[in-house]
Amino acid sequence: MSSGPETFYEVMRRQGISRRSFLKFCSLTTASLGLAPTLMPQLAHALETKPRIPVVWLHGLECTCCTESFIRSAHPLVKDVILSMISLDYDDTIMAAAGHQAEEILDEVRATHKGAYILAVEGNPPLKDGGIHCLPGGRPFVDKLKEMASDARAVIAWGSCASWGCVQAAKPNPTQATPVHKVVTDKPVIKVPGCPPIAEVMTGVLTYMLTFERIPDLDRHGRPAMFYGQRIHDKCYRRPHFDAGQYVEAWDDEGARKGYCLYKMGCKGPSTYNACSTVGWNEGVSFPIQSGHGCIGCSEDAFWDKGPFYERLTSIEPFAAEGNADAVGATVAALAGGAVAAHAAVSIVKTAADKRDARNARAAARAAQEAGSNRSDA
Amino acid sequence: MSIQTGRDVHAADITDDDASVQRTTIYVYEAPVRAWHWITALAITVLIVTGYFIGSPPLSVPGEASDSNLMGVIRFLHFSAGYVLAIGWLARIYWAFVGNHHSRQLFMLPFWRRDYWGGVLWEATWYAFLRTEPKKYVGHNPLAQFVMFTVFTLGMFFMIATGFALYAEGTGLDSWQYALFGWVFDIFPNSQSVRTWHHLGMWAFVTYTILHIYAAVREDIMSRQSMISTMISGERMFKDNRDD
Repeated sequence: MSSGPETFYEVMRRQGISRRSFLKFCSLTTASLGLAPTLMPQLAHALETKPRIPVVWLHGLECTCCTESFIRSAHPLVKDVILSMISLDYDDTIMAAAGHQAEEILDEVRATHKGAYILAVEGNPPLKDGGIHCLPGGRPFVDKLKEMASDARAVIAWGSCASWGCVQAAKPNPTQATPVHKVVTDKPVIKVPGCPPIAEVMTGVLTYMLTFERIPDLDRHGRPAMFYGQRIHDKCYRRPHFDAGQYVEAWDDEGARKGYCLYKMGCKGPSTYNACSTVGWNEGVSFPIQSGHGCIGCSEDAFWDKGPFYERLTSIEPFAAEGNADAVGATVAALAGGAVAAHAAVSIVKTAADKRDARNARAAARAAQEAGSNRSDA
Repeated sequence: MSIQTGRDVHAADITDDDASVQRTTIYVYEAPVRAWHWITALAITVLIVTGYFIGSPPLSVPGEASDSNLMGVIRFLHFSAGYVLAIGWLARIYWAFVGNHHSRQLFMLPFWRRDYWGGVLWEATWYAFLRTEPKKYVGHNPLAQFVMFTVFTLGMFFMIATGFALYAEGTGLDSWQYALFGWVFDIFPNSQSVRTWHHLGMWAFVTYTILHIYAAVREDIMSRQSMISTMISGERMFKDNRDD
């Protein structure tokens, strides 16, 4: 299964794809990567001349939704071709080999493509108890990951599991599931978060790396800026309703029917960096907000712990179970207000009492003085 | 005791236990400090009100989206007031370098000085009604300085940093706001956390405002020096000339 000298184009032609379809694919990919149209020939040229890059796709703690998404990539050709474009030498979910045969491929890739292959990781390694909570092929996944990463050119962290930790790393994270970049520290790690990531984003990132033989521009968290540089909210088609102050107040209200902004229903679009509102899902058919449901922020760090999904303000455990910033803040402010009122009342009473005491003391002193002078008169 | 203090007002009219004779005043708050104080007070008020509505927007506006810009206006006011607050804060920091020594008190906490903490404790006993008479202070009293520094000064830095980081989400990854404040997202990778903390910061400022105004009014009445008028005229007036 190791890659020969075949180029992408040759592989595509061998699979019966016409040149016309190939060029269409190049145009669409150029557009989806946000590149100038003039770069399309360059992309086509790269695919015609460059040998395929070997990719090893590992699975740790995950649900395989990334793979499910990836194989549905809907741009022309991709679902048929992308698996051939890259030389996917190992992917235990969709490869023919199994057992020892499959595991041998890993050693073979490491030996023959040392420092050249791309390691794609779906899922993450749990570190607790020496990593025994995830044992693909009878070994802790963390060992397999470190071993394969040591000879890789770059690592792609597919999905929120590999990028951030996702559900298995949600509090209290019983298996100490740890995102890839915290385990692999000596190789560039490209995060492609999402639960799952958008298929076209996954293929887009791969295509960019194959075409330009470099890692795309990343943001500070290591996400490709071309897909994760803006929030869902920034490109949301319901944004005009947000700015106008028109919100869905309940799931079955008039605003919901009119397609108002889902901000009040807990939509996490304003804090979620992803391409859903531009690329869409399932051949661009729709995305959650278009279907009337708020974004849950699935491509963000610890999104499971930033709930509720259906409320704007996030609950702030452990400070307040099920309480949000308003509940906590208003309580503190009310306590302060109450304390101030009580303190003011005591201050007034005490000051009045002190003044009365002082007056009485002065009167007593005067009386004593008068009594004294009366005595001296006598 | 026939000092002429004004038309038909004579020191002789003053009884012994009035402390109106020979009052001492000291110039404490220079004009830029006072201007900053009131501009910041206004900005914080606008920020709290608009900030609350950004977290919990008012009821939906009817009609076409193109006819209304309610949230746009609320956010514009919030961002504008935020700029006023931040630029004012920069100016205030500058003034701490060039102003009188009282202008520096806001930025200093004498953490390692024993007598400072003694002063905090003493002032706490005054607020706990354990003292019959407070002490006199030219600047902030030690307890006030503690609250000013830990809640207000640190709070200002926190709110400005988190606020501009959130603002940078709109202006984009290549904006100067992101270049200056993007580091906030290294601490909180999910910007929803920044929102939650920024929101809690708002409530800290609401609580601070309640305590600040109460303490200023109470001290103005009960302490041995002026408070509120000092932030208007800059003059600290002492009600008596006795030592502590």
